[in-house]
Amino acid sequence: MDKMLYIAMSGAKQNMRALSITANNLANSNTVGFKADLAQARSMQDFGAGLPTRVFAMTESPSQNFDRGAQLTTGRPLDVAIEGDGWIAIQPLAVGDASTKVGLASVKSMVAEEAYTRQGELHLNEEGQLETAKGGVVLGESGPITIPLPVSNIHISKDGAIMVQPEGAPNNVQEEVARIKLVNPDVRDIEKGADGFFRRKDGKTTEADVNVAIRDGALESSNVNPVHEMTQMINLQRQFEMQLKLMKTAEENDSSASALLRAF
Amino acid sequence: MIPALWISKTGLDAQTKQISVISNNLANASTVGFKKSRAVFEDLLYQTVNQPGGRSAQDTEMPSGLMIGAGTKVVATQKIHTQGDMLTTDNSLDVMIQGDGFFEILMPDGSSSYTRNGQFSLNANGDFVTSGAGYLLQPQVTVPNDAQEIIISQDGEVSVRVQGQASNSIIGQINTLNFVNTAGLQPIGQNLYVETAVSGTPQEGVPGLVGFGMLVQGALETSNVNTTEELVNLIETQRVYEMNSKVIAAVDQMLQNINQQL
Repeated sequence: MDKMLYIAMSGAKQNMRALSITANNLANSNTVGFKADLAQARSMQDFGAGLPTRVFAMTESPSQNFDRGAQLTTGRPLDVAIEGDGWIAIQPLAVGDASTKVGLASVKSMVAEEAYTRQGELHLNEEGQLETAKGGVVLGESGPITIPLPVSNIHISKDGAIMVQPEGAPNNVQEEVARIKLVNPDVRDIEKGADGFFRRKDGKTTEADVNVAIRDGALESSNVNPVHEMTQMINLQRQFEMQLKLMKTAEENDSSASALLRAF
Repeated sequence: MIPALWISKTGLDAQTKQISVISNNLANASTVGFKKSRAVFEDLLYQTVNQPGGRSAQDTEMPSGLMIGAGTKVVATQKIHTQGDMLTTDNSLDVMIQGDGFFEILMPDGSSSYTRNGQFSLNANGDFVTSGAGYLLQPQVTVPNDAQEIIISQDGEVSVRVQGQASNSIIGQINTLNFVNTAGLQPIGQNLYVETAVSGTPQEGVPGLVGFGMLVQGALETSNVNTTEELVNLIETQRVYEMNSKVIAAVDQMLQNINQQL
């Protein structure tokens, strides 16, 4: 009896966790460059004395959906979208303390120097560094990119080269000041960190890939499929109800057993 | 209690902010010199429930973990400083900047603010002032009483034709200012912007010189709001809002079920 109750409880609890992932995906359906998290359940057999009859469920997030989002044209010169596969290499902020605030965040991923994102809403900070909206500094071929200020005009070309027109220079002067490090690691080798940026699992850095192309004046929308997420939500909700039904059955079995004993 | 509830709440909050940004853009669709804003979303920190590679049994490791994101957040509203369209008015006090640049406006407290709205008026002294609050244009340009016609050249030279004089007399020069990072300017209302640490310091220049836009007299710059784009955004935002509230409803039903069933 107790086994059944606890197994049903574990199922309900894991369904709730999976629902949180769905909720997070839906909450981020407007976040530029967001990659939907996948959730799956795995059976965890409980070995102990006697027969291994109890199999608990465990929800896990094995990976992300790496499908491309739609391209949104914005016309802003510092908005970039990656055409096809590939990532923009960035140096995330030192968020060691941010992770301890959450307490459970992955510590390993905070150490890595290089992270990857497809969120291309770039802007300049006061030191002339190119930053993503979330705060990571965009990396060039040799470290973080710094634009020699003042400039009157910035343009990012297809291969990631940043062309600037220095302040006061004639219109035909376009200097290449840096090239955004565009990489294309195998998606199986990268994982999402606690700050939402992707990093290599082995902690190494990736060589720049010349085949990755970007488009300026455009952004990549979130790849969350709302229909899928809503269906997933309904599925989880009904599954949760079934677990409750089992708990109820466990209770009914229990009370009829005691009623049976009381009869004597 | 249930993470999904709070995660969806962040979604609702963010979409509400997005609606505010969209409605402000739409409300200012016909404001001269207005630059549209855009809400920038980011995903919040992830909470690791099961660490990938953690022990699942004595000799086995979990191949994948469970990381639950905490939702979304609007981190910034970005002003998009693309050029608006040209609106010809033939009013001699209307000036449009064709290209980069801002007019400098003297605030009552002595500080400077910057605008691209070139709808100027004259005050009792004959000074160029902004149409709304009557703040002075910098450098100050004063039109004499007997002026019959005001001519503003492409490079900002202001001259007037005075009755009885054969040639125009120059009365001033309107210079414009450029910023390295115009998106870093802080809007303060009244079509005005003030400089911030990230905008960089203003660089003054003569309109039409390299890097500075030309002045066009008798024209205004319309807002750069694309109403179709805003309406598409509005639809998207509203639907995302609904989906997030659906999650809350689902969690609510699940909890209700617990209370009733058990």
